[in-house]
Amino acid sequence: MPQRPPQGGSAINIISPIDAKIIEKLTIGTHVLISGVVYVARDAAHHRLIQALDRGERLPLELKGQTLYYMGPSPARPGQVIGAAGPTTSRRMDRYTPRLIAAGLRAMMGKGSRSPEVKEVLKKYKAVYFVTTGGAGALLSKTIKKVKVIAYEELGAEAILRLEVENFPAIVANDIHGGDLFEQERAKYRRENKK
Amino acid sequence: MREIKASAITQAVARLCQEANFVLGEDVLSALKQAHKTEQSPLGKEVLSQLIENARIAKKEQIPLCQDCGIAVVFLEIGQEVHINGDLNAAVEEGVRRGYAQGYLRKSIVSQPFSARINTKDNTPPITHIEVAAGDQLKIIVMPKGAGAENMSRLAMLKPNEGQNGIIDTVVRTVEDAGGSPCPPLIIGLGIGGTAEKAMLLAKKALLRKLAEPNPDSEIAQLEKEILAKVNALGIGPMGFGGTTTALAVHAEVMPAHIGSLPVAVNLQCHSARHKEAVL
Repeated sequence: MPQRPPQGGSAINIISPIDAKIIEKLTIGTHVLISGVVYVARDAAHHRLIQALDRGERLPLELKGQTLYYMGPSPARPGQVIGAAGPTTSRRMDRYTPRLIAAGLRAMMGKGSRSPEVKEVLKKYKAVYFVTTGGAGALLSKTIKKVKVIAYEELGAEAILRLEVENFPAIVANDIHGGDLFEQERAKYRRENKK
Repeated sequence: MREIKASAITQAVARLCQEANFVLGEDVLSALKQAHKTEQSPLGKEVLSQLIENARIAKKEQIPLCQDCGIAVVFLEIGQEVHINGDLNAAVEEGVRRGYAQGYLRKSIVSQPFSARINTKDNTPPITHIEVAAGDQLKIIVMPKGAGAENMSRLAMLKPNEGQNGIIDTVVRTVEDAGGSPCPPLIIGLGIGGTAEKAMLLAKKALLRKLAEPNPDSEIAQLEKEILAKVNALGIGPMGFGGTTTALAVHAEVMPAHIGSLPVAVNLQCHSARHKEAVL
């Protein structure tokens, strides 16, 4: 699938949970607009999910085929669905990700690059990692239509949420072929003589 | 002696916490607009236009610019002719508590950070830096600092003879290793000299300078310029999606150091560079 011209071109509309056949077709640099259900979890929730897996407990959400968004929103004002809702740094979740993918997770959204281990697991299980713009929390909040707390409410901003989103903008950063958007694009604009 | 009521400090801090989180400084906004004109990467350009639109929505609808509303770093410059009527530390803390509650800002502070990590639920305690200045005024600066960029900060205790090249290498490596995680385009706070803790404080205070205003010392200004060029040659670009705008500015502050030391502190600031000030 060719990389669309980022300005003025069209993005692909996809529904989450994302069909396995669609994930296989996604390649790095592809713009997507995600609609449907995504779950929210960040550091503390990941820690608890792994503890639950270790103890052989049932998870508070069925991970199979699902999409996780690394995010901790600011509180909604009265009448708002959610406050600011941009991505957090994905690399902090790298140590937990292989276990969750093995347990069925198939898509993730966040900011920044992933570890070599995560990229390997994406290839092995045919899963995908999307990036979206950090620090665009007000803008991204507009795509979130419903919010429900699913688990760990006591964690405050770190609780697990179920979101219904409409046209959430993201870009494929790591695909099932081992591609890496960060490495590819950085190489294009890197000028030597840096030292 | 001029009296300032602690309650006035609380009010000011509460207001500044909110203003900082909703209204991106004009200097930062115009630097983003300028970068949007010069950025060569289409993906990088797209990120910059999202950030400009994000700032518009945040200001208009009072939605935080970023869901990470930060740890509240509060700088106080207290004139030596000022007498504060009440408990200063408690007044600042209460200001943060109120500001974060009233503004629907995210509460991101956990106690016992290495173990229980229990959210304090009111974004306290703040980090407070107090300096005594001449005069009878009290200047308050509130800087909400997000974790993404702060986590990528670095302290290097260089050997004195590593000199300028050692400093440049330290900064370039720090930015390169951080990649897209600290939300570039960055503002790079650089503290040179002093001691370990003082260098980092200099680096943080450098971030409060009006964006891209060079250090008044021409040698330091030249160093800032050289580092900026090298960092922007890395190709990291906005959000790490590739491009020519990895940093908007380098702000360096320098002070004397021990004959055996060359402390170099790098404090990174994401593009959501939030700080607001008031003078009482």
